[in-house]
Amino acid sequence: MYPADYRYTKEHEWVKIDGDVATVGITHHAQDQLGDVVFVELPKTGSKVHAAQSFGTVESVKAVSDIYAPLSGDVAEINEELVDTPETLNDDPHGKGWLIKVKLSDKGEVDALMSAEEYAAYVSAETES
Amino acid sequence: MVDFGGWDMPVEYSGILAEHQAVRERVGLFDVSHMGEIEIRGPQALDLVEHVTSNRAASLEDGQAQYSGLLNEHGGFIDDLLVHRMDANRYFLCVNAGNQDRDYQWICDHNSFEADIEFQSHLWAQLAIQGPRALETLQKLTGVDLAPIRYYWFTLGEVSGASAVIARTGYTGEDGFEIYIQAEEAERLWNEILEAGKEFGILPCGLGARNTLRLEAGMALHGHEIDEDTTPYEANLGWIVKLKKGNFLGRDALVKQKEEGVKRKTVGFEMRGRGIGRDGYRVFANDSAVGFVTSGGPSPTLDKNIGIAMVPVEMAEPGRPLEIEIRTRRVEAETVPVPFYTREKK
Repeated sequence: MYPADYRYTKEHEWVKIDGDVATVGITHHAQDQLGDVVFVELPKTGSKVHAAQSFGTVESVKAVSDIYAPLSGDVAEINEELVDTPETLNDDPHGKGWLIKVKLSDKGEVDALMSAEEYAAYVSAETES
Repeated sequence: MVDFGGWDMPVEYSGILAEHQAVRERVGLFDVSHMGEIEIRGPQALDLVEHVTSNRAASLEDGQAQYSGLLNEHGGFIDDLLVHRMDANRYFLCVNAGNQDRDYQWICDHNSFEADIEFQSHLWAQLAIQGPRALETLQKLTGVDLAPIRYYWFTLGEVSGASAVIARTGYTGEDGFEIYIQAEEAERLWNEILEAGKEFGILPCGLGARNTLRLEAGMALHGHEIDEDTTPYEANLGWIVKLKKGNFLGRDALVKQKEEGVKRKTVGFEMRGRGIGRDGYRVFANDSAVGFVTSGGPSPTLDKNIGIAMVPVEMAEPGRPLEIEIRTRRVEAETVPVPFYTREKK
């Protein structure tokens, strides 16, 4: 379910590290909780994001949800396709539904994130409570 | 699951968009057992109903239902409701879950007549079968000929052996039925209706789709378009106020408001810029805050972002530019006629 080479946050974002660039998205669990995604708002390329701070919004039919940056850095690229096809977030949250790519300013922040195994345990504990 | 007036209810089963589409194109089934039921009986039943509601209950015939308002002395909505005339001495009221205790208390407090008032919510379950294939679905389970039942009329009959009030009413903008059955029959009938509707592509539907469907149809939701501080005139519901029927609770305030003219009114809007105007967001015109969104969200049928806002009366007409404050920015919108969606009548 959760790719082993990704890292995860308690706010249900994932990151995939490739050199000093991190691709960021929301997890399968997050999109499942939101339901049908109908609107995505992302920062501009070149803007800065800060770990644990909100950088965008995902809206489903029913709810508005802030998305938090797992790591700090500069936004190198955004997934423009989500503007017209926000449902990609439901269909492929860990792949084509990525949100932004961030050029990292402090790779050390990665250590604070959960592994796939830890995240899966976190989600099942949260779901049971 | 969400807590809704003390009931644990699903927001969605398979997904709001899929459920919404099922009702518009095929058929959907809603468990609306949370709705409250109050029965008023006796030779003076009609006198009490006429006293506490704004529409003209006296014009109802046996087997006919009516949308109405339960208003306070200021003309504001304690609740909106359906009044069903079972017979000349028996009226069956369907009210909102969250208001049912207050409704019952209010009616009792104003029973200066000798009417019997019975709180019956615990006895009834209610299922709504809605959509163009609703009639075919329900017809498979009942010997009652459903086609002749007109919109806002009802009949008593059996659905799969359970005695039911079968009403051609709904909260979706589609054709359909709301059936009232004994609570203990609910689970069995829920399953049987889903089975009967299988060939038509029926889906069980939750609160999420119920809200998007009623919003497209321009139907008010208590706590949003209407509340204790909002009168029928302000909510474009003047048609449920019958001033000529004689005195009723709230009438004096409504007469006064009509004379003075309403100051604010609900109006439909469509987003023109990118964004979704949602419940509670502020509405701006010419750089000043002029009102708020009462209900807003995506319209799955129209593929637009729509909503209803309470604004000064001079802005409550179609074709006016507005801005909706969405988080830190203001996004362009335009007022449009309500309902947003009307089904094609056969």
